[in-house]
Amino acid sequence: MIAAGPTLDRYVPLLGNEVEELRALARPLAGAEVLMVNSTAVGGGVAELLGRVVPLLEELNLRAEWQVFAGGKDFFEVTKAFHNALHGGAFHGGPEAFEVFRSYSERNLARLHLDREFVVIHDPQPVAAIDGRPAGPGHWVWRCHIDLSNPNPAVWEFLQPWVVRYDAAVFSSPSFARQLPCPQYLFYPSIDPLADKNRTLEPSFVRSVLEHYGIDPGRKLLVQISRFDRLKDPVGVVRAYRIVKRYFDCQLVLAGGTADDDPEGAAVLDETREAAAGDPDIHLLQLPPDSPLEINALQTAATIVIQKSLREGFGLTVAEALWKKKPVVASAVGGIPTQVVHKQTGLLAHSVEGTAYQIRYLLAHPELAARLGAQGHEHVREQFLITGNVKRYLCLFLHMRGKL
Amino acid sequence: MKTAESPFGFVAASYLTRINNQQASSLNELRAGLDHASDASIFYHTFQSLGRHHFLVESFSNDFAQWVMAALNRPVLAEWLGGLDIRDYVSLADLRGDLRRLTTEYCDAHSAEAGVTAFEPFYFCESVEVAVPLGWEAHTLEEFRGSLVHLSHSSFYYHFIASRLRLQLRTNDFSQWLSGSLEADDLARRVNRIDIYTNTLDSAREEMVSLIDREVQRQ
Repeated sequence: MIAAGPTLDRYVPLLGNEVEELRALARPLAGAEVLMVNSTAVGGGVAELLGRVVPLLEELNLRAEWQVFAGGKDFFEVTKAFHNALHGGAFHGGPEAFEVFRSYSERNLARLHLDREFVVIHDPQPVAAIDGRPAGPGHWVWRCHIDLSNPNPAVWEFLQPWVVRYDAAVFSSPSFARQLPCPQYLFYPSIDPLADKNRTLEPSFVRSVLEHYGIDPGRKLLVQISRFDRLKDPVGVVRAYRIVKRYFDCQLVLAGGTADDDPEGAAVLDETREAAAGDPDIHLLQLPPDSPLEINALQTAATIVIQKSLREGFGLTVAEALWKKKPVVASAVGGIPTQVVHKQTGLLAHSVEGTAYQIRYLLAHPELAARLGAQGHEHVREQFLITGNVKRYLCLFLHMRGKL
Repeated sequence: MKTAESPFGFVAASYLTRINNQQASSLNELRAGLDHASDASIFYHTFQSLGRHHFLVESFSNDFAQWVMAALNRPVLAEWLGGLDIRDYVSLADLRGDLRRLTTEYCDAHSAEAGVTAFEPFYFCESVEVAVPLGWEAHTLEEFRGSLVHLSHSSFYYHFIASRLRLQLRTNDFSQWLSGSLEADDLARRVNRIDIYTNTLDSAREEMVSLIDREVQRQ
């Protein structure tokens, strides 16, 4: 299930002795059994994360394992509705939806092996796995990757009785957390600096990607990487670009996943195309779902990276840009201000006009843009790398074990 | 070169952030929060913030000052709170007392501002320290220097900054060992005087290494 990834030694050139300290922290946990459970083996940020965290824990001599909560189409329809409702949306399911959830949970409990020292359950889909908690000294953690600050009460009240039985809960931001009886911890989402999306590329490859899409490598380039979604405000980005264009010659790239199976995405792409009004310097790119190298090349080539979201989860595309030492202009929503410390690791904005002004300011002050990019890179190195994520798990396990 | 009887033992340190069930949305709520926050929370938002943002020497060095500026746009109070130097404190109770006193003074003088809702809430968190022996020991100044240059930021922070509070002293792990075990009192004093607010952790370490090199040459 897990593809072989880079070993810890490959992180040494980037992180130096952080890696040796990781090994020191892991030493007391050698042989500890760790189980990670989520609901999908491929696709999505959590599966991507586990695909790296589990092998790294194994390399550190923990006996780490990843199991997947199985479900049919009806289960995932229910959990998708739960997901939207937990983000504050409406919930139109009834008792039958809750019954589907219970039924699949029971079937999974019959097949999962949960007798481990540390069990980490990811997100709401497998939350009922706690029903299968064996008697004994195991430690159970619920890792919630979504924003629970304003959940639909019907869905939250259904899930909460399971959540409160965990020994600890982990959230991606203090603002995403709920008031719970168990201790809650902060684990930032993370990027892998050695993944195709983030590793250093040959300049010739970057140039070839730009040429492939008809982008002039010799002129200033503004880039936003996001799916075509109203919450990412691509039309607002085009409006900000038009203001900037009055003062600076520049190009704009809006690149995101394909919208073929997403009616709303297709509509937003049409609206953005209409806003672009045939401007040859605006490039709307529908990238295939798995295009990490192209995304990397566009971010690498950017003069400024924009993330003008109206709402956002954590917004890891910001960390990806900062890791590439890019100056970032982004909206102060969701997890973005955690990554963009205003005037220190990037610039925050609250409107189209503000976004345009900050872009103009950075284009006029390239020395400041370079400093923000460099500090942003340091910020990511300290807080948002996959190795930091592994370190947090080790610390959590050591802390929980110490409490026995 | 003197050899210490008690070697300096370097540790691998890391910090978990625990999210507390407490937040503030105005200066009045911050004032109340400062009364009720745990000691670990005061530590997290003052000492720990210095380690988290160590590479940003131009921002406010504690989270309270940063929030007052960024979420409430109150530069005067932000400067007051940001002006507190953790090296002046040997107890969190004293530090909490000054944070609360300054906030209260400001709220009393600007009562209309005290209830204004912030752009985003302040979330009280606290730090859980996890430290294990790194297996590196130094008996001499040269061995000490050799390990110091390879220490990670979090472990350097642990020995140089967090230790001040742990030891209840106006010093740090490094200076304590330099003075107590190597009898290098002058070097220990100079190391303790390195400005942790205007330096990054890297530049503080560079300054320390340069002081050690001078001491080695002098010996």
